[in-house]
Amino acid sequence: MNTSHIKFIIKSLVVGVLLLVAGGLLYWLFAASRWDWIAKYLPLLVKGLWLTLLLWVLSCILGMILAIPIGLVQVTGPRWLAAIAHGFCTVIRGTPLLLQLWLIYYGLGSLFPQIGMIYPEFKNDFTWLIRLDAFWYALLAFTLSFAGYEGEIMRGAFLGVPRGELEAARAFGMSPWKVLTRVWFPRAVRLVLPTLAGEVVLQLKATPLAMTVTVMDLAGVVRNRITQDTYIVYEPLMLLAVIYMCLTFLTVWIFSFIEKRVPQKR
Amino acid sequence: MAAKPGFPEILAFGPTGYGDELLWGAAMSISIALLAYSLGLIIGIIGALCKLDGSPLTRGIMEGYTTLVRAVPELILILILYYAGTATLNQLLESAGYETVAINGFVAAVLVLGFVQGAYSTEVLRAAIQAIPVGQMEAAKAYGMSPWLIFRRITLPSMLPYAIPGLANLWLIVTKDTALIAVVGYTELALATRQAAGNTKMYFTFFMVAGLIYLIITLISQKGFAILEKRVRRGQRKLA
Repeated sequence: MNTSHIKFIIKSLVVGVLLLVAGGLLYWLFAASRWDWIAKYLPLLVKGLWLTLLLWVLSCILGMILAIPIGLVQVTGPRWLAAIAHGFCTVIRGTPLLLQLWLIYYGLGSLFPQIGMIYPEFKNDFTWLIRLDAFWYALLAFTLSFAGYEGEIMRGAFLGVPRGELEAARAFGMSPWKVLTRVWFPRAVRLVLPTLAGEVVLQLKATPLAMTVTVMDLAGVVRNRITQDTYIVYEPLMLLAVIYMCLTFLTVWIFSFIEKRVPQKR
Repeated sequence: MAAKPGFPEILAFGPTGYGDELLWGAAMSISIALLAYSLGLIIGIIGALCKLDGSPLTRGIMEGYTTLVRAVPELILILILYYAGTATLNQLLESAGYETVAINGFVAAVLVLGFVQGAYSTEVLRAAIQAIPVGQMEAAKAYGMSPWLIFRRITLPSMLPYAIPGLANLWLIVTKDTALIAVVGYTELALATRQAAGNTKMYFTFFMVAGLIYLIITLISQKGFAILEKRVRRGQRKLA
């Protein structure tokens, strides 16, 4: 038995298994699946989709805003500030997002009532903090996570801008702030643009975690409402997968469109 | 009300503390990650070879697999595969006249995470193999080496320097993805932590400790992969 035989056997195995799976899936889709629940739950699903999009877009924007100083102080900041920023990035990137989310939701969520018990005035002034919706905890966790990942990337981007360009800007007598806003930051953003699409898609794929802290996003509606009410498991999950797939492809397409519009010179 | 144990005592081993539960959870997480990662590598090697010189059919199937898996959130894939996988197996067993079985959560977790990892490994390994200069392969073929010998002597060692950074990244991802298994109810580190935190209401303490364990795993892995990368890069020019 030589290698071409082995190759052929492996290939036929892979093809066979995958065709079997595809066949079973198609049979299930057309013969055995139920979709009558969609009409009843459509308004909830639309609301969930809206919440998912809001969580995703807001956390990306806020996280990016946080990531800029986090990246910058690691390059030019005083050493203690750089160390804090670096530590933040390491902790965020070294622990699961699910754990960060639970720490913020259960941890902070249990902290506010405790403070309220010790300082009654706090409770009177900040009851809104205690009654905060889970969405805001999720938004905080996702924003910090995106800032951690993107901060590390921004650090590399700030470092990647050629020194000569910064020196030229300074030689023109620009103030440090002007150097940053006119030369350093715009150049750094162009450097991260190719990786940004991947990061934003990763963030999108993290959003269903929010359902574990009772947020009624798309995944929350599917798991905590539809499946609990109707005992239908797979069909809603399939719908969820398809929606996320569409969002992913749409994002990739939009970013490739933006990338083409931005002139890229090295 | 009995005196509640404080911060260090709560992490003690035995019936009063949660130290043993957390350590057991961590051991579960690491084992799941190791096995899923290995399964992902096996799928990845087969997938990469299929993508590079398979027939149009195998190439198309692999393309579909990697695209679909990478476009859907891991959590949703885990939910689908976990429930669908166990249900399908039981249906098959039932129709074949056997008793249905309760699927071992550990095995299911490994299979599901490995399936997801396989898609990412395929892409990393495919890119790494493609980065090898064509001349090296041609030279090996000209010497009359068999395909297996070429893979062992040329493809594998010259692919590794390109593949190790991506593979290191995947390992870090899979160690953190094991936390998602908590959502389907298998007690690994994240779920053990949540149960302990819920029982004692000491949320901050327990989530911080679990975070520290994950962080230590990450930092040690990073060191290990840095050493490995240095080793497979020996003889190569230093990167700028």
